[in-house]
Amino acid sequence: MNPLVLVFAAPLLGSLVLAVMGHKPHGRNVNVAFSFGTLLAALFLTIKIVAEGPLFAFNSQFFIDSLNIFLVTLTAFIGFTTSVFSRPYMRIEEDRGKMTHSRMRLYFSMYQLFSFCMLLALTTNNMGILWVAMEAATLTTVLLVSVYRTPASLEAAWKYFILCGVGIAQALMGTILLYMASQKVIAPGLNPLLWTNLNASKSILNPTIMSLAFVFLLVGYGTKVGLAPLHNWLPDAHAEGPTPISAVLSGLLLNVALYAVIRCKILTDGALNNNFAGNLMIGFGLLSVLVGAFSLLRQRDIKRMFSYSSIEHMGIMTFAFGMGGPIANFAGLLHMTVHALSKSAVFFAVGHAAQKAKSQMMDDIRGLIKVSPTVGWGLMMGTLAILGMPPFGIFASEFLILTSAMHQLPWSAPILLLGLAVAFGAIFSRVQPMVFGETNVKPLPHSPALLPVFLHLGLALMLGLYIPNYLNQWFLQAVAIIGG
Amino acid sequence: MTELSIQLINLFASILLLLAFAMLAQRRVINLVHIYAMQGLTVVSATSIVAFVTHQEHLYYSAVMTLALKVFLIPLVLHRLIKRLDIRWDVETLINIPSMMLVGIVLVIFSFNLSLPISKLSTSVTPGTLGIALACVLLSFMMMITRSKALPQVIGFLSMENALVFAATSATYGMPMVVELGIALDVLVGVFILGVFMFQIREQFESLDISHLENLKEE
Amino acid sequence: MILRQIFLQSIVSGASLLLAPLLMGWVSQLRAWLQNRKGPGILQPYRALHKLFNKDSVMADTASPLFRFAPYLVFGCMVLASAIVPTFSTELPLAKAADAIALVGIFALARIFISLAAMDIGTAFGTLGARREMFVGFLAEPALLMIFFTSSLIAHSTSLITIVHSLTGSSFAIYPSLVFAAFAFILIFLAENARVPVDNPSTHLELTMIHEALILEYSGRHLALLEWAASLKLFAYSSVGIALFLPWGINEAGSDISFLYAIPLFIFKLFSIGILLALIETFSAKMRIFRVPEFLATAFLLAVIGMLTYILLGA
Repeated sequence: MNPLVLVFAAPLLGSLVLAVMGHKPHGRNVNVAFSFGTLLAALFLTIKIVAEGPLFAFNSQFFIDSLNIFLVTLTAFIGFTTSVFSRPYMRIEEDRGKMTHSRMRLYFSMYQLFSFCMLLALTTNNMGILWVAMEAATLTTVLLVSVYRTPASLEAAWKYFILCGVGIAQALMGTILLYMASQKVIAPGLNPLLWTNLNASKSILNPTIMSLAFVFLLVGYGTKVGLAPLHNWLPDAHAEGPTPISAVLSGLLLNVALYAVIRCKILTDGALNNNFAGNLMIGFGLLSVLVGAFSLLRQRDIKRMFSYSSIEHMGIMTFAFGMGGPIANFAGLLHMTVHALSKSAVFFAVGHAAQKAKSQMMDDIRGLIKVSPTVGWGLMMGTLAILGMPPFGIFASEFLILTSAMHQLPWSAPILLLGLAVAFGAIFSRVQPMVFGETNVKPLPHSPALLPVFLHLGLALMLGLYIPNYLNQWFLQAVAIIGG
Repeated sequence: MTELSIQLINLFASILLLLAFAMLAQRRVINLVHIYAMQGLTVVSATSIVAFVTHQEHLYYSAVMTLALKVFLIPLVLHRLIKRLDIRWDVETLINIPSMMLVGIVLVIFSFNLSLPISKLSTSVTPGTLGIALACVLLSFMMMITRSKALPQVIGFLSMENALVFAATSATYGMPMVVELGIALDVLVGVFILGVFMFQIREQFESLDISHLENLKEE
Repeated sequence: MILRQIFLQSIVSGASLLLAPLLMGWVSQLRAWLQNRKGPGILQPYRALHKLFNKDSVMADTASPLFRFAPYLVFGCMVLASAIVPTFSTELPLAKAADAIALVGIFALARIFISLAAMDIGTAFGTLGARREMFVGFLAEPALLMIFFTSSLIAHSTSLITIVHSLTGSSFAIYPSLVFAAFAFILIFLAENARVPVDNPSTHLELTMIHEALILEYSGRHLALLEWAASLKLFAYSSVGIALFLPWGINEAGSDISFLYAIPLFIFKLFSIGILLALIETFSAKMRIFRVPEFLATAFLLAVIGMLTYILLGA
């Protein structure tokens, strides 16, 4: 049996079971179990890919190569660790009366469906299905962002839905144009929307249509990536939804959207033979870095602050992929991986910290190291990791991106450095008193799930020090696919 | 015969543009729903004609699906929503319709310009319609920006999707069936979610005015 | 040949002069019926004209010669305008003399003089009417020009005759651009002829009136001329509408037999326009004067979209 079926079946079945079952005390365990199932299936698939190379499935509607397999694994992995984190976190929220039974049921069911949508978006070969899956991922998370039904969360969800809806509509326009371009040149009998077919004949796609299509696709999927100036939904949605959702949004959904942009860029580059797509991405990327970094200075809500940090990091990745070249692409992929790991770890720690202080305002969170040393250290380490301190992985990727920027686009390096420096100052000066300040808060009723935090940070640390050979191979193959 | 069909498709394209402008200037919520249904009907007509001319069988299915969904089901849902929320007589104060219209014209010119090089390359029978579809997308987008109430924003969103379906039909003879099904499903689910949402918003704010939703800002 | 043409033209002009008030009467009668009133009868405008011509004209002391002269000029303009439009035949000699832009110019000339005359006396109402008239004109004129341009793009000429030729000549074709232009034209038609959503010709309500405020100071034969000019304007606009949007059946070759059906067909079209106008007037409410710019901007917008669709779609 094709392991891909399992990868889809686990979250889909999980969603159904959790929806039908209703909320039971062991619902959170069922959620973890299904997420673990997804992870196992993903690992199984990964092993198969490593052994046998790229895989087509279901009439080549699905295609798995080095570019998406590591994202599939990452998605399944973070999906699993987040479900582990959700167990105590959501339980505390429930105890505090923020979640009712029906909301818990919605939460778990949608969580699984969201995983399914992301995996579908990652593995599909059909650019149309990619669009559908991205839109479906928005729809599933809208209800998760507004799950507390507070005025703020409703506002955030509304903004999220409308802005991403508009954005994703632009992506549909881009997809239509892409289809139009490919219809002309693809041999009859071949499906003109399949990425592999498009990729095979990308050099004969019409450049005019492709450049317009890419603009639409970049604006569309870029809205979901959170690129400035289309980022307005992102801080709200991250800050007002449940923290596990913030973690998967930042760690996974943004990556998936960026992945879609990269797939489109590969086609556009092939058709245009110039750096049009790359330049656009460089522009959006740098703008996002600056907007993200300078917005950090004004934040008082801890989750908002880290979501602006996500904008900044997505900007760095977009910049890297826009710049192209083997080193930058490699660094971009590495950054995608380590950022996802570190940022979700940070959100886990932040979630528990905010629960302890019963507030997301940074002024109210003080002295974590005394109340709960593990959460305090987790937050501190996570912050250091996200700020690109050596020896964490982000340091390595940012270093690579900066050096190749100095080679390829010397003017952009100071801008990047400025962004990084501002972000460092803004975040560190705020996290430091939160971790080491004075406090009188009581410990939490349920022990926090800190395993995911340290697991993620450990992996990010490992990737900073040493990249395993098979991962290195993946990245190199993916870099070859991206080219540019 | 084909000549007439092409003219008809062009006519429907222009009607779509007209309806997009009508929507932009319409104050009453209930009329917006009617215009939306008309828009759906226009898309259905255009799709059936394209299907007839090009003998693409899946376009007939697409037309039937659009008819069921966008002419009957979604307007019906919106009607019920309006009834349940009791906003039938809601009138929105729109500022300065003439200047909005002028901006609209600029958008139309912009999108015509944008699509002109592409329409020249198009092999479809009606190359010009892509520009109109693009203009409709931008106009719906503008409508969403200028509206302050929740339901008009949603209708703007839906009409944007209508324009996209029209673009797909006229420029490329429709997307593959799987994709169209997926798009339709997404839209349907989106409408239901938004419906649920609007109740929640009203529960919390006792109004559907989006201007209440402006509290999340940087300090 | 020349004699024949002069003969033809004078018959047509004379007929339109005489029949124009009938159209006015027909519309008011229809409106009355639609509103469940008995109505004054179709011939009421003639009776009014007759009455006014037999009355003395009273002039304000402050009136300048312009005030006296304006009604004649306006009347002349409207007679000329209705002669320029190819009503039921393209072979009319004067129709070749001027094109659509000249037509707009003639309307503008009449507008300027009537407005000047209204301000001449120096009463508040006159000035108010003049201001509103210029306001409407300033928004309606570009829209009207746009409508003509759209048709001209199709016909590659601004001459109304060529437009009629090219619209009837080729095989039947749907022009989406003309659909827009037609909608725009209806709006302009209502505004320029002081019909209901913009102005109400049958009231003297000071808050809203435009046309009546302009001619408030006139009486006797001057008022009669202006009323007649107003009905001629309605006639001229209807004929323009027919020429641009319903040109089928207009006599082209100039053969005498085709007049036999061209004339009744033209009268039938006029009657239909009357019905349409009465229906619009009955079913719409007079809008506040501040809404008029919106109304006219819509017309302009439609005309521009019409032109743009022509450019993009080529139809």
